[in-house]
Amino acid sequence: MSAGAVAERSGIAHARYVIGENPVTAFAFGLFVAIVFAAVLGPSLVPYDPLASNTSRALQAPSAQHWFGTDQLGRDLFSRVIVATRLDLTIAVASVILVFALGGLAGIAAGYYGGWIDKVIMRIADTIMAFPLFVLAMGIVAALGNSVTNIVIATAIVNFPLYARVARAEANIRREAGYVEAAKLSGNGDGRIVLMQILPNVFPILVVQMSLTMGYAILNAAGLSFIGLGVRPPMPEWGIMVAEGAAFMVSGEWWIAFFPGLALMIAVFCFNLLGDGLRDIFDPRRRT
Amino acid sequence: MLLLIFNRVLLAIPTLVGVVVVTFVLTRALPGDPAAYFAGPAATQQSIQEIRVKLGTDRPLIEQFGRYISDLARGELGNSLTTGQPVGKEIKARLPASAELTLIGLLFAVMIAVPMGILAATRPNSFIDHATRIVSTAGVSLPVFFTGLLLVYVFYYILGVAPSPVGRLDVFLSPPRHVTGFYLIDAALGRDREVFVSALKQLVLPALTLGIFALAPIARMTRASMLAVLSSDFVRTARASGLSPYKVVVTYAFRNAMLPVITTLGMVLSFLLGANVLVEKVFAWPGIGSFAVEALIASDFAPVQGFVLTMAVLYVLLNLSIDVLYGLIDPRIRINS
Amino acid sequence: MRRRDFLKSSAAAVAGVSAPAIFTRSAEAQTRSETLLAISENAPNSQDIHGVGANRPAYEVSWNSYDRLMTYGVKKDEQGQDHYDFKKIEPELAEDMNVGPSSITFKLKRGATFHDGAPITAADVKWSFDRAVTVGGFPTFQMKAGSLEKTEQFVAVDDRTFRIDLIRKDHMTIPDLAVPVPAIYNSELCKKNVTAQDPWAMEFTKNNGAGSGAFKVSRWQPGTEVVYERFDDWKGGPLPKLRRVIWRTIPSAGNRRALLERGDADISFDLPNKDFAELAAARQLSIIGTPVENAIQYVGMNAKEGPFANPKVRQAVAWAIPYQKIMDAVLFGRAAPMFGDGDNVATGFAWPQKHGYTTDLVKAKALLTEAGFPNGFETTMSFDLGLAGVNEPMCILIQESLAQIGIRFTINKVPGSNWRNELLKKNMPLITNTFGGWLNYPEYFFFWAYHGQNAVFNTMSYQNTKMDGFIDAARAAGAIDDTAAYQAAVKGFVDMSFDEVPRIPLYQPYLNVAMQKNITGYRYWFHRQLDYRQLVKA
Repeated sequence: MSAGAVAERSGIAHARYVIGENPVTAFAFGLFVAIVFAAVLGPSLVPYDPLASNTSRALQAPSAQHWFGTDQLGRDLFSRVIVATRLDLTIAVASVILVFALGGLAGIAAGYYGGWIDKVIMRIADTIMAFPLFVLAMGIVAALGNSVTNIVIATAIVNFPLYARVARAEANIRREAGYVEAAKLSGNGDGRIVLMQILPNVFPILVVQMSLTMGYAILNAAGLSFIGLGVRPPMPEWGIMVAEGAAFMVSGEWWIAFFPGLALMIAVFCFNLLGDGLRDIFDPRRRT
Repeated sequence: MLLLIFNRVLLAIPTLVGVVVVTFVLTRALPGDPAAYFAGPAATQQSIQEIRVKLGTDRPLIEQFGRYISDLARGELGNSLTTGQPVGKEIKARLPASAELTLIGLLFAVMIAVPMGILAATRPNSFIDHATRIVSTAGVSLPVFFTGLLLVYVFYYILGVAPSPVGRLDVFLSPPRHVTGFYLIDAALGRDREVFVSALKQLVLPALTLGIFALAPIARMTRASMLAVLSSDFVRTARASGLSPYKVVVTYAFRNAMLPVITTLGMVLSFLLGANVLVEKVFAWPGIGSFAVEALIASDFAPVQGFVLTMAVLYVLLNLSIDVLYGLIDPRIRINS
Repeated sequence: MRRRDFLKSSAAAVAGVSAPAIFTRSAEAQTRSETLLAISENAPNSQDIHGVGANRPAYEVSWNSYDRLMTYGVKKDEQGQDHYDFKKIEPELAEDMNVGPSSITFKLKRGATFHDGAPITAADVKWSFDRAVTVGGFPTFQMKAGSLEKTEQFVAVDDRTFRIDLIRKDHMTIPDLAVPVPAIYNSELCKKNVTAQDPWAMEFTKNNGAGSGAFKVSRWQPGTEVVYERFDDWKGGPLPKLRRVIWRTIPSAGNRRALLERGDADISFDLPNKDFAELAAARQLSIIGTPVENAIQYVGMNAKEGPFANPKVRQAVAWAIPYQKIMDAVLFGRAAPMFGDGDNVATGFAWPQKHGYTTDLVKAKALLTEAGFPNGFETTMSFDLGLAGVNEPMCILIQESLAQIGIRFTINKVPGSNWRNELLKKNMPLITNTFGGWLNYPEYFFFWAYHGQNAVFNTMSYQNTKMDGFIDAARAAGAIDDTAAYQAAVKGFVDMSFDEVPRIPLYQPYLNVAMQKNITGYRYWFHRQLDYRQLVKA
């Protein structure tokens, strides 16, 4: 396994090189660590109970006591924004993992086997692509009911064509590759070849895709919340908080929408930059 | 060429069939019941059941689907409950509003993103390259509804420089005589300066909101495509023969880098047409997106089906015209296909 | 086409769009001072109130572009504002009304015409009334509320004389003639547009005017805009001062406020309570809030099944609602409280009135323990998503408060389109909702909301024969003007509704309106839509 170890080392070296070369990616990694930290430890660190109302302190501007101010019911916005990180991240990660599994496998199957399997899977992907994606997500959530699970499912379905296509293209190239041919000749079954030869090669490309679509998943969930199809109250979630705050913007209480909006933007921003960075590391050819 | 078009149309048929079926199933799964809506505020279970029979929604799904398909074949898209109008008429009236907004937004994005991409490509890994990446990524990271609200708040409410967000025209003006449905064009044709200026002013903020979102893909594709072209042989030759860097970049490289950018533009356009639903909502824009969102929330089947079908057809047509355009611009592709 | 040519021609096309050659000035000069710009959240889906599924904004179009035989007079309310007077019935298209023992006879105004110039005859009135009682749905239901049920009741005696034959004595018949439903349609115009499937020309009137009202619709872009011009030959009353009304739909509440504050729009009903409260304090605009007659926002509990079937549990909830917090943080004071009267005994015979519950968690916990739920229980609270602006923060406050006595619930937002359907199923354990009746009588409210007939508005499925007895007695006594019996019955059902609390009244909502200072003459109407006819723009 010495060859593998060398490859790994050079991979790490390459990663270090890319990060060193590209301060933006380094910055994104920093942000990512902060976001994960907020998601994991946030709920136990925040100064107030994010659900506790206090109507005597409603609609207060940011101050030393309430860093991001308070909302209509007097809930501390800083605590809510931090605590919401976990839920938003969960939705994004869960939907991305789901689509990674579904889209990735479907794409590999299409690319590896070709023929009618390929045709059917690609027709499904085409059909989804022909939908206005946000409206499709809305429709799915409206039809299934607005719960976290359904938002995850809707987001995953909307992203399906992207993953399926990328995985298919990669699998298609690998199918003809020498080492796959070799594995076939030495009597390996299809399942084993996909698992041992194709998947490891498609994996990094999909990981890059994951990071890029994480941002989209968060935006999608927030958009759904904005039109009233988001998670149930009183759970804090960035999109809902922006939607709630929107009505208060004109009357001067800008902070209610602004801070959750900012958090939303930073998270999406971070994942997009990170996706670029990962692409540089895993797939230098595609650098744009 | 004709064969190519024919083949593409043929390929699109299963997609469209898929869209029709999925939309039908999805809208029937919506929780609302149009019969309860029609029955009025003082409905009883019995009066609702009577209306279900009248509307045919008590029939098995497969039968309803058959009826829907036969209506569709006759060009009937049904009636909207929320506006009371035939869906076909609504879409025809609203599509130009969405298209005008989207195109102006796209134009704005192109005007900023293409130069940005070129600059970034000529100086890779410089400050300007990173700045381009950050600015365009920030643009795509902003939820459009948030950007829209922020822009209205700052430019209309606080600064007072933008017009009121009341739709496509100042309320005291009448729309121009209908020719294309694009107010800018119709006003120009009718030589109505006041309406033209008002329509343009109303377009600025929503188009900006949409355009910011479209910066990233265009800037990236321009950069990548320029990088590839700049490292190609003929550019090296041009440089070696002593042409000015400006001339090399603008005249030689840029023209050749346009192709992938145009493809991206097509993708971005179809994406924006779907993505502007939230922008339309914020700016009271009477487009098809806001129409579909309202209908979906109200479990109003017909407009949702009509909207999705229209978008799918547009998507197919757009892809087709990109392919055709591609063939026109680059004869090699025509031969290959 | 060569690539170069393509690029060139597309560039030329772009230039052509962005730099149009010469413009001429718009011929249409608009007078802003005689034009009212009204903005609202929702748009009408029909011009005809008889239309199937016509929404509330459609009532506004109908009210202003059609006439009725009779209308209500005006009085000043406690704040000194114009308020329609339920007790005063005045002529609109009729010039007088003769009430006999078994019929009512109307004489139509001389010279009154429809918008197209056709004279209004008794035949038009008969056709319109026949239509209202025949087409089914809401118009037929509303006519029935005034014992107007059969076409044989309506007789065109001659061109200017119209008679209604009564099928029973009902003190709601005459008031029911002045609500929006019995509008007078241009029957000749409508008959030209009937089809075999559509004998009442419903398709036509949905999109076209066929009335004689003070304003006629001159442009209608469904979902976006309605433009009216004044009908200068209007005979239904004094000629309105406004010449033109533009009604635009602005979906975002923030934008509506901005438009009003910047002086770009003249008038709107649809703002959040907080905005009304702030605008009222800022005094830059005129803000009028009128308690909506006979309307209450309440918490309803399923009295038929589940833990809320036990009156003690319902009382416990009534003691655990954070009433004052809701008034402050959700309504910003823009509603009339319905709690904290001191006791649960009726005060007077008016409705709505305050009950005696306040927020007392100790009492609530004790009642819940007594009812056999010392550790509380889990349930769901539902509300109409279309009204989330008030309902959502309210439910969150209630959720927090009830959790303290052990009742934990998840919040279920029901899309507006499905709300009525869910109400009809009658299986939601806990809801919040508003109910109000056009006709301002306590027994009318109770008949729909508490009676064992279990109408859709009895959202709690509350059925109690004793309650039904009081309500039926009040209806019977009202019809024959037996004041003593009537008052006893009203007191009976009000007391009982407080003690049994299947629904907990929270507050009486306000109909708020914000308008520019130069707009005067606003009048509150029971239908809660804007009447342009009295408005004046200085």
